[in-house]
Amino acid sequence: MKAYLDNSSTTRVCTEAIRAMLPFFSKKYGNASSLHQKGQEASEALIRARQTLAKIIRAEPEEIIFTSGGSEANNLAIKELAFAQKEKKQLITSKIEHPSVLETCQFLEKMGFKVTYINVDKEGIIDLKELEKAINKDTFLVTIMHANNEIGTVQPIKEIGAMCKKHNVIFHTDAVQSFTKVPIDVKEMNIGMASFSAHKIHGPKGVGMLYKRKDIKLGKLIHGGHQEKDVRAGTENVAGIIGFVAAAEQMTQEDTDKMTELRDYFIDEVLKIPNTQLNGSRTKRLCNNISISFNYIEGESLLLRLDQKGICVSTGSACTSQSLEPSHVLLAIGLPHETAHGTIRFSLSKYTTKEELVYTIKQLKEIVPELRELSPLTK
Amino acid sequence: MAVYNEKVMEHFTHPKNKGILKDYDAVGKVGNPVCGDVMEVFIKVKNNKIDKISFRTFGCAAAIATSSVVTELAKGKTLEEAEKITKNDVIKELGELPAIKIHCSILAQDALREAIKHYREKNKKKK
Repeated sequence: MKAYLDNSSTTRVCTEAIRAMLPFFSKKYGNASSLHQKGQEASEALIRARQTLAKIIRAEPEEIIFTSGGSEANNLAIKELAFAQKEKKQLITSKIEHPSVLETCQFLEKMGFKVTYINVDKEGIIDLKELEKAINKDTFLVTIMHANNEIGTVQPIKEIGAMCKKHNVIFHTDAVQSFTKVPIDVKEMNIGMASFSAHKIHGPKGVGMLYKRKDIKLGKLIHGGHQEKDVRAGTENVAGIIGFVAAAEQMTQEDTDKMTELRDYFIDEVLKIPNTQLNGSRTKRLCNNISISFNYIEGESLLLRLDQKGICVSTGSACTSQSLEPSHVLLAIGLPHETAHGTIRFSLSKYTTKEELVYTIKQLKEIVPELRELSPLTK
Repeated sequence: MAVYNEKVMEHFTHPKNKGILKDYDAVGKVGNPVCGDVMEVFIKVKNNKIDKISFRTFGCAAAIATSSVVTELAKGKTLEEAEKITKNDVIKELGELPAIKIHCSILAQDALREAIKHYREKNKKKK
């Protein structure tokens, strides 16, 4: 028995996406900028891809900029909006953003911009009052993620969007984790820019997109051509983009309902193990995220022991696993360092089965007491 | 995430000398839960030799493996010999450790030395 419960890191590419992509490697391999028929074939496929993705988020096709993934989309949105500013110098973000947002903000601080980091409560929800107070006439951007990658908390982005509209500030949201799981309507939610990634939703790696409202002007991230609204030069990854679209079209309400049910079953079962706690919100939570702290044991040990049983999970997030520091997200919601060290993220996909979860719970019930027996912190 | 060799994984999965010794003479405790590592080494001394030894560790796979190895290396040695066991001996025994995990071998060395130090202090008082 095996269980892949690390779908917030990446997912299996769905058959539909693979099937949709294949012709674009072997037959329809044209460069979308070429004037001949092969090129136009690719170009037309891209036009359709833009239409489909735009429709899912209620944007216009010309508002879609394809990128190499979510991290690039975040970099593009934040940096190139900052560099396009003439006078305004302040941006606002939260303390629990993905590193591709946080480290971009820190980079901008070195370049002379001012960044305000908004606190979150113990469930990981941002403080709207603090946000409104932080907005001033120098603010050009508010960037708050839609759903958190570690603890799954879904932010009130409609309220944030409304607030940004009221104060005439652009609102960007990192929607990498929430896409296809939580509905997004960029018009109704007053979102100026939003970042997305294909490989989190059963599409291929190396593809993502930035939605950018028509009236927003960005600087140029990659020089060398006029592709992607003249902000990102380079031959479009046509096959990848087609795979992205095919994957995005597959997700249904049934899938999210099934994941929600499995998630709640798993949470209830794992919390039966003594001295465990769920991180994040029970209700304002991604349908596929389960973040559990196992007191008295260290996350990496548990991860490796589960791995030996064929179960893939992660500690915090894959992006911070090279670091010995506990996750900034877990510290921001107020977890003590030792509890943060003992945290595991289980993330489901539409392919996750109840059998995988039953198996994982059985293994946890054996491994957790073993590691606790070994630990001097165990009470 | 560190990638470990088979020897490290073996000591991590099946650690030697785990738990608290019932009749230990001294314990050495190092590390800090805030940093994610705490190690305890328990020793029972007979005729100036480490007769029995065990450990308890809160930490990553490398922390558990280095604790297991250091107890194996010290078992049966005189206090003077055991005291000379270094982090390099621990790493050598394991084959290798990822650079980011070298501090675990230092903790293992220090936990053993702490235990010996406490044993000596206790004995001095007795005399």
